[in-house]
Amino acid sequence: MAKREIQEINAGSMADIAFLLLIFFLVTTTMDTDTGILRQLPPMPEDESTQEQVNIRERNIFVVLVNRNNDLLVEDNVMNIRDLREATKEFIDNPNNDKNLPVKEEKYFEHIGKVEVTPKHVISLKSDRGTSYETYVTVQNELAAAYNELRDELSMRKWGKKYKDLNDELKEAVEKVYNMNISEAEPNKVGE
Amino acid sequence: MITGRFKKKGKNKVQAISTASLPDIVFMLLFFFMVTTVMREVDLKVRVEAPKADQVKKLENKSLVSYIYIGTPHKTEVFGTLPRIQLNDSFKETEQIGEFIAAERDAMDEADQSKMTVSLKVDKKAEMGIVTDVKQELRKASALKINYSTLKADPLGRKSY
Repeated sequence: MAKREIQEINAGSMADIAFLLLIFFLVTTTMDTDTGILRQLPPMPEDESTQEQVNIRERNIFVVLVNRNNDLLVEDNVMNIRDLREATKEFIDNPNNDKNLPVKEEKYFEHIGKVEVTPKHVISLKSDRGTSYETYVTVQNELAAAYNELRDELSMRKWGKKYKDLNDELKEAVEKVYNMNISEAEPNKVGE
Repeated sequence: MITGRFKKKGKNKVQAISTASLPDIVFMLLFFFMVTTVMREVDLKVRVEAPKADQVKKLENKSLVSYIYIGTPHKTEVFGTLPRIQLNDSFKETEQIGEFIAAERDAMDEADQSKMTVSLKVDKKAEMGIVTDVKQELRKASALKINYSTLKADPLGRKSY
């Protein structure tokens, strides 16, 4: 006769313990992946006096001013923020070779070939100390959107795919065609 | 006979489904959450309601990110209603940001120090003045990669294409 086997330990409550732990982690942790608009700040000039004046032709600059009442002044015209994206796109691309928009140059890009671009364009963004952060972020967002839409259009024409679906190599190439060039003015301490 | 006995038992009773693997499944879930999530690190002392934007990127490596919170303090009766800067667990002045960045940078691996990103979590009602001051301090501390933390939504409420 075989001996009676040792009773197995009941593992039914194991699940409960694990659930308890699981719930503890669910409560104490944050799932939020931090998203946001990434920007690179310009390095601090070593000496204020040696700061060289960069000479940029008037037609290559796109001036965006935001005042303390969150109104937009774009190239000396009051503009609704909803129109900023289209205006920026027109400025960057200069589709009709307008004399008041940035100079076009034909350049060769890897994977893409020769494209007419505006390599010298600069978007100058200046905000007041009283501008609300929300407006500032919205403006930054619209400017980024203009670039992204142009990149999308290019990659759609070229490969029939959206920019974000391209592989890294092509992405980089497209990025070079529409190179983001947003400059923020040094904050003014006078005449707030 | 042994075989006969087994047969008889099997016929009469429906075997209960074994729940022995249930803990394994739950543990798997548990480990998944443990790996994918990060513990809440600071107690927010300021109210931060992030603005909306849709041209956003994800911040990939959380260990390379330092956070600066700017917003109205929760305890307005003690700290007033003006937006304040919170670093780690306390209110700080703009001048102390350089110190904070240096400390954060020291805590990182040397190889990662150049990849350091500063995420600005700023309340949407804050004014640009304080944000500009912080940005100037960051430039002085040469922490040049910054991120304006936002919620992913269209800021102007348009329909997405």
